[in-house]
Amino acid sequence: MDSLELIGMISIIMAGATVGIGAPITAIGEGWAVSRAMGALAQQPDAAPVISRTLFIGLAMTESSAIYCFVVSMILIFANPFWNHFAGVAGAQ
Amino acid sequence: MNITPDTIVYWQAGSIRISATLVFTWIVMAILVLGSWAVTRKLSTGVSVSRGQLLLEIVLNGIRAQIRDVVQTDVDRYLPFIGTLFLFILLSNVLVIVPGFHPPTGSVSTTSALALCVFVAVPAFGITARGLRPFLNSYLQPTPMMLPFNLIGELTRTISLSIRLFGNMMSGTMITATALAIAPLFFPIVMNALGLLIGVIQAYIFSILALVFVASASRAHEEQTARTPDAEEEERTHG
Repeated sequence: MDSLELIGMISIIMAGATVGIGAPITAIGEGWAVSRAMGALAQQPDAAPVISRTLFIGLAMTESSAIYCFVVSMILIFANPFWNHFAGVAGAQ
Repeated sequence: MNITPDTIVYWQAGSIRISATLVFTWIVMAILVLGSWAVTRKLSTGVSVSRGQLLLEIVLNGIRAQIRDVVQTDVDRYLPFIGTLFLFILLSNVLVIVPGFHPPTGSVSTTSALALCVFVAVPAFGITARGLRPFLNSYLQPTPMMLPFNLIGELTRTISLSIRLFGNMMSGTMITATALAIAPLFFPIVMNALGLLIGVIQAYIFSILALVFVASASRAHEEQTARTPDAEEEERTHG
């Protein structure tokens, strides 16, 4: 197998694995946060603005790790520097 | 498929190139500036006000209320910076529904520029509110050993601020493009509606996070002044 095929194969597999591992773990964490916030909202409806704002900020913080995974997999698929390099080398030959 | 509008180049001369990011940033800026100018040219305090003035007043009051919820006091110090960030990001995210519009926030250059503004604004607001020495001192809290971690935290939160906005907006356009290829009849509309919701939430989150960072850099002031009498008393008892 030449290097181009190998790079393509590994990039696709790793792009899937990155989102497949990163997103569910983040989702579990966010689910925990939301369920706790729901409990707090049920107990103290008066504090709803503070709770929901803090929840939003916390979710955004947590969400960013899943977004990192997504960005990495998008780079692997659409803007892979190794692929571009070896495709250029193969094209020159 | 384009991962970022930076790669769409309209005009190039030497190293200067006008990419889609730049053009659509200018469009958003023009809409904001000309719209506000057209409305504020004929403001009235009477009983009947124009529609545009009502719209701007509602937006301004909403932003002020959100800022007041977070910082309690001194709303007008943060309003220009946070409000500008919010309006720019909101408009460029919402205009996604216009066909042919590439959101400038879907490019790393725009989002990192916005995050750099926050990165510069944190010490600027902190120093004007507390003075140079107390502000620099806050990096040595709780112990001087935490200095590298405080600095790293400052950097990483800037990076995560920019990547978060970029990732969300890029994923929105990517999902719409993918849905267009797979199920072009009805599905892209639903995903576009979801993209609008995400765009508004991301604009809110970016500006709230910027506000929290800026406010926390300038707020420890009150804690410090509140702590000073205790410290003096301690010195007196020890001395």
